[in-house]
Amino acid sequence: MDQGLSSQQATQNVPLPKPPSADDDSTALGKTEEKVFYATQWQLMWWKFRKHKVAMVSAVVIIFMYICAIFAPFIAPYAPTERHRGFLYVPPQKVRFWDENGFSLRPFVYPIEQEIDIMTMQRKYIEDTSKRLPVKFFVRGSSYKLLGLFECDIHLFGVEDGKVFLFGTDNMGRDLFTRVLYGAQISMSIGLVGVFLSLLLGLVFGGISGYYGGAVDNAIQRIIEVLRSFPTIPLWMALGAALPPELSPVGVYMGITIILSLIGWTALGRQVRGKVLALKNEDFVIAARLAGTSEPRIIMTHLIPSFMSHIIASLTLSIPSMILAETSLSFLGIGLRPPVVSWGVMLQQAQNVNTLMMAPWLLIPGVFVVVYVLAFNFLGDGLRDAADPYGV
Amino acid sequence: MDTMTEGNILEVRDLTVRFMMNEGTVHAVNGVTFSLPEGKSIGIVGESGCGKTVSAYSVTQLLPKTARVSGQILFREKEGTITDIAKLPVDGKEIRRIRGQEISMIFQEPMSSLSPVHTVFNQLAEAMILFQGMTKKQARERCVELLKLVGIENAERRVDEYPFQFSGGMRQRAMIAMALARNPRILIADEPTTALDVTLQAQVLSLIQEMQDEFKLSMILITHALGVVAHMVDYIHIMYLGRVVESGPTLEIFENPKHPYTRGLLNSIPKLHGKRGQRVSSIPGAVPSAYSLPEGCVFRARCSERRSACMYEIPRRIQVGSEHYVSCCLYDGEEDQYAANA
Amino acid sequence: MPQMPEDTVLQVTNLKKYFPIESGFLRRKVVGNVRAVDGVSFYIKKGRTLGLVGESGCGKTTVARTILRAIDPTEGSILFRTRDGIVDMATLDNEGLKKARTEIQMVFQDPYSSLNPRMPIMDIIAEPLRAHGYSRKDQEERVKELLELVGLRAEYARRYPHSFSGGQRQRIGIARALALNPSVVVADEPVSALDVSVQAQVLNLLLDLQEQMGLTYLFISHDLSVVRYLCDRVAVMYLGRIVELADVDILYGQPRHPYTSTLLSSVPDADPRSAWHAKAIKGEITGPPREVRGCAFAPRCPYAVGICKSTAPELRSISTDESVTHEVACHLAEELELEGVS
Repeated sequence: MDQGLSSQQATQNVPLPKPPSADDDSTALGKTEEKVFYATQWQLMWWKFRKHKVAMVSAVVIIFMYICAIFAPFIAPYAPTERHRGFLYVPPQKVRFWDENGFSLRPFVYPIEQEIDIMTMQRKYIEDTSKRLPVKFFVRGSSYKLLGLFECDIHLFGVEDGKVFLFGTDNMGRDLFTRVLYGAQISMSIGLVGVFLSLLLGLVFGGISGYYGGAVDNAIQRIIEVLRSFPTIPLWMALGAALPPELSPVGVYMGITIILSLIGWTALGRQVRGKVLALKNEDFVIAARLAGTSEPRIIMTHLIPSFMSHIIASLTLSIPSMILAETSLSFLGIGLRPPVVSWGVMLQQAQNVNTLMMAPWLLIPGVFVVVYVLAFNFLGDGLRDAADPYGV
Repeated sequence: MDTMTEGNILEVRDLTVRFMMNEGTVHAVNGVTFSLPEGKSIGIVGESGCGKTVSAYSVTQLLPKTARVSGQILFREKEGTITDIAKLPVDGKEIRRIRGQEISMIFQEPMSSLSPVHTVFNQLAEAMILFQGMTKKQARERCVELLKLVGIENAERRVDEYPFQFSGGMRQRAMIAMALARNPRILIADEPTTALDVTLQAQVLSLIQEMQDEFKLSMILITHALGVVAHMVDYIHIMYLGRVVESGPTLEIFENPKHPYTRGLLNSIPKLHGKRGQRVSSIPGAVPSAYSLPEGCVFRARCSERRSACMYEIPRRIQVGSEHYVSCCLYDGEEDQYAANA
Repeated sequence: MPQMPEDTVLQVTNLKKYFPIESGFLRRKVVGNVRAVDGVSFYIKKGRTLGLVGESGCGKTTVARTILRAIDPTEGSILFRTRDGIVDMATLDNEGLKKARTEIQMVFQDPYSSLNPRMPIMDIIAEPLRAHGYSRKDQEERVKELLELVGLRAEYARRYPHSFSGGQRQRIGIARALALNPSVVVADEPVSALDVSVQAQVLNLLLDLQEQMGLTYLFISHDLSVVRYLCDRVAVMYLGRIVELADVDILYGQPRHPYTSTLLSSVPDADPRSAWHAKAIKGEITGPPREVRGCAFAPRCPYAVGICKSTAPELRSISTDESVTHEVACHLAEELELEGVS
């Protein structure tokens, strides 16, 4: 075994100092590794999530949509219920930068005039190409309360001496673009509020079920099974019909959210229960118990942080079903009702095939539903992948 | 045409495997060379993450798609022709034939090679009917014979049961029977007893030994347990961080270890005849991550005999005995010594 | 107040843990019991180590967890000498348990699942301190002390578990167990998840700590080689019962129970020249029994006679010398010629 040492002189190598101690591994590492060592769960998740390009784009889209919804009164040129007489079923107008008269830095639209075809008795809108209506920014219009606080009458854009309907108008001459924005406020918040309620219910019932087990668990699981075995549409219809008709629009809105989340929590409840069951007997939880940590503290510091990221990911995936549910309820006429504006309420007008043939732009709110749902699904996928940064 | 040393059934030369991951490149195997003499057994030994499993899996191209393999894996066919497995197209007909008939694998977890939804008979007979052209009746007789051979009692009845009806030890036996059903020439055993208790481990290892004699198999045994290879194989290859640091005949490795890692490893094993309170010598530190390989000798950071040369030079493979090779700069120049003596 | 000999720290008497098997759809009835631990008795003297050895499913982990009351025992007493007198862990209320557990703590097997990945190790090690009302400043100081005690750098306190290797994590687990200065540490397979070269580091640390702090260990392991270095006395368990309990050298040198002898001869020693009785025993552990008739080992025992199948043997002392422990549960203890290791 010692022959090896004889070659030491031959190679004339200077022996290095003693090898590092048992725990010395940081010497050879760069800054990035160092950073990882101190990274919290959420940092690790963020680093992992960042790599998911589609989810990142979706997150940007969603944030943009919410900003638009929050500032809807400012961005929209009109009020959502404002009727423009003589402008029923106007098709979407084109915003132009140039025509045969040349280029204009300021975008413009042509004024439109209604004409009735004597033969078919149908409305037609003719663009008057001789005149340009410049689109101006920060124009004064109808007054509103920004964020429900500040009285204001400045709108992002508008035209003077005419109208601008980016998405056209509906059967009562209301601007669709404006209504899509206002509808987003309702539709996109109903998902959030509903999911928040489901989260509360799911955490409480799932948590109790998993943590205490036994008869309580049994009872809660049976309730979940019963709730899940109801066919959803008829149940919604029944509950929707049960909402008193004299309820204010806000009341109906709250009612619908509660109905949605009453059924929506079950899946989440099961998930929470599963996680709690698995974590309850995890070694680090037993260690905490042996250390003398109290049960509420174990729940708060060990259990909830351990499954929260998974729960957030699956919540994100369940927001789309909330908005779809709202849309279908309103579409069927048992959800939100006018004068409340939501995407579902707006789509109600698109029920009639004849109307659709004549005014296909009434489907535009549907496009937004699709974009919103898809974006949330992609975002949820990305979150789910990033949710467990400690896995392989 | 590639050439192989006479008497070898498998030669792996300068095998390199990298995994392209999101987080970076994992250098799993870096220039590994070993050979398997026909009818003999070799052990590939190392701690977790040393690349022993990846090396063995690349022999049957069972690596995930993120793997980039280079080097040669020469296999001598029955007729004497030589096939370079590394050059065969992934999932092609050739590699499937080799996996089906020439090289069988057994795993740590028997359920990874047994299907839970088919009876043991269906799984065993598949290869016989498909590759060996047996009739169903012949296959059945052979299956029962095989199960008896691997020590399963009531084989006639058991053959029609599902793997989940078997106990852990019986599953392990059934998996071995399954590997043998194809009449392979090479058996690769990947930690076959790591999950087993010591009495069961003894049973399964002795079964593998018997089967090796019975079927004249050449065997590659992958394990982290030096105690197991001591009794199971003819040649040992010690791996560390994707490299073979020392290789040689079993006795030679145990009685005349050269590489500081081999010595450290041998000294750190607790022995049955130890003494209460005695300190077991250990290797300081832990295996570094395969994402960022250190330059020079990979064992450098934990080595008690390191020199400045270890910083920059990847140690050469030096012959220090008739079949004993070591990759360590401590032995620079010994090659000539050995050659002079011989 | 319960009594036990002056130098005894922990005394377990007739400990039983049955897990009920329930059946029925709506009204669930107990139709039987799995006897995971079935009447285990032993004591540990101050500053000494008792090894609890057995294969998976023998109930050794259940014993460990029951002693700390992580699981409630079905029957039996667990006397533990605290600073304020002797308590019975089996009957303590939550308040009493919290107090007793400052003096008896546990080290877990899996260094990955035993540390919460979402907490910096500062918080992990300080958890027992916080629970017992230490100030933030005291916690930090003590954690630094502990980290140095187990051979880690104090400035690592802000890092998260994912930046540590298995061996380092196990050191962190040990630091947490020692936070409140316990007198007894129950170590449940603390090295079996580690690589060989690192395993020795942790074993040596446990030995050093015992010498420095006068700790008493209950050391649970399936690895007989490891046990030899750490334990003064060893108890061998089979299917929920102790079959042999003796001073370490006696148990290894002159085993009197066929199972102990089998275990010893099944371990492949890392020496190719040593004999290895690989085929020592047939059959495998079937899982804890629902009912016991006769000796649980009888079905696998090569020496079993009529009485073994009808009457369960009691654990009885066969030692002629007062100062030497040797207890065996075998009808034939005096008659058999069994082989041990030197």
